[in-house]
Amino acid sequence: MSHVPAELKYTASHEWVRLEADGLVTVGITDHAQETLGDIVFLELPASGRVVEAGAAVAVIESVKAASDIYAPLAGEIVDSNQALVDAPEGVNRDAYAAWLFKLRPADSSALATLLDATAYQNSIADSSAE
Amino acid sequence: MVDFAGWQMPVNYGSQIQEHHTVRRDAGMFDISHMLALDLDGSDATSWLKKLLANDVTRLAASGVAGKALYSCMLGHEGGVIDDLIVYQLDSDHYRIVVNAGTADKDIAWMRRHIAHNTANVSLSPRRDLAMIAVQGPRAREKTWQALPEIEAAAAALAPFSAMQPGDIFVARTGYTGEDGFELAFPARQAATIWHALLGAGVAPCGLGARDTLRLEAGMALYGQDMDDSVSPLDAGLAWTVDLRNPARAFTGRSALEAHPPTRQVLGLVLLEDKGVLRAHMKVVTAAGTGEITSGGFSPTLEKSIALARLPLACTAGETVEVEVRGKHLAARTVKPPFVRGGKILV
Repeated sequence: MSHVPAELKYTASHEWVRLEADGLVTVGITDHAQETLGDIVFLELPASGRVVEAGAAVAVIESVKAASDIYAPLAGEIVDSNQALVDAPEGVNRDAYAAWLFKLRPADSSALATLLDATAYQNSIADSSAE
Repeated sequence: MVDFAGWQMPVNYGSQIQEHHTVRRDAGMFDISHMLALDLDGSDATSWLKKLLANDVTRLAASGVAGKALYSCMLGHEGGVIDDLIVYQLDSDHYRIVVNAGTADKDIAWMRRHIAHNTANVSLSPRRDLAMIAVQGPRAREKTWQALPEIEAAAAALAPFSAMQPGDIFVARTGYTGEDGFELAFPARQAATIWHALLGAGVAPCGLGARDTLRLEAGMALYGQDMDDSVSPLDAGLAWTVDLRNPARAFTGRSALEAHPPTRQVLGLVLLEDKGVLRAHMKVVTAAGTGEITSGGFSPTLEKSIALARLPLACTAGETVEVEVRGKHLAARTVKPPFVRGGKILV
């Protein structure tokens, strides 16, 4: 059973999102996502300053199995990416919630309310694994 | 778990990369019961196999080694690969063939038609009653003895690439990883007992994912990916398995191969930039023209991405080529496979 922390927000495409005190959001992939992908061997993260729409492909994770796009959960500007993780991508497998990928300044913070909460995300992965 | 030719199979039990390293450094096991053993008996068995297979089974008796194994392609009339397989000669009129899971039904149908067409005195028995486990790695043999002491005395002297049946368990010193070890076949009802005995001896369970990266590093072809019905073995890097020495041996597909010389060759690729992973179907741009990756992935031993690619005949090992990876051109070096054998990096 994958770990889904109650305090985070989620997307159906398996990103986790955390609203920080400074108004930025931190984004990573969920424990369920890392488990499904298998050993992660390569990351491509977005450059700071890039302005993105919600749902835009902004990063790439390559695992032993496949290449997967990572999507911006909200519209906004990329302000930071986790370069230390690029040199040690297995960190995502070790602790998916500590291994953040990028930080984004949302164009509209109220859009956060449109994301899934932990229960809704938990249900969405239970549904897809029952298929 | 994934569906693999109708079998539910694990891609990995834990970390796929860890499973890979365990096979290179110690001992791992794979449940390969999806593969099908076919037993072949009859006075025409040898003469029929000489017609069926692109490699020459008379090499087996000539080797002087009992139970010797031969890797071969089985070709269609147009020279495409119906399947690749291993054939073991158990005695002069008795062979065991092991074929791929996804092609097993097609293979049986083809072989039965081929037997009828040649009115050969051969009986073909699919052994769906058998389960198979591959134990692979530098410590595979000693751990197998520990788990299954009853086969040690008989099988300890087994030469590489040969097989014997000392009791219930068929023991073959073959594999698909580039490491030493065994492929064991036995009545399916014993599968759980044997698996647990191996587990108790410290043999780590490994999934399809590690099996794929191990065989890729070992430069071994995967049916359906590196070759299929539409590809000549001469274009798939398998010319070494096509035996044309005896001009009188008219095996199926021979005339097609002789009429169509190779147009491609298979070389290995090692990605030079640490910026992605080579995957099947990616386009390769070389000075001599374009080619395509047939198998690619991340090599845990090299800690780089590697691939097998079908390239123009004018390419040579040691060239720098470009691969289109997600819209970008990344540089790769051509090498002669295998990448890794017996735990050692060769490129």
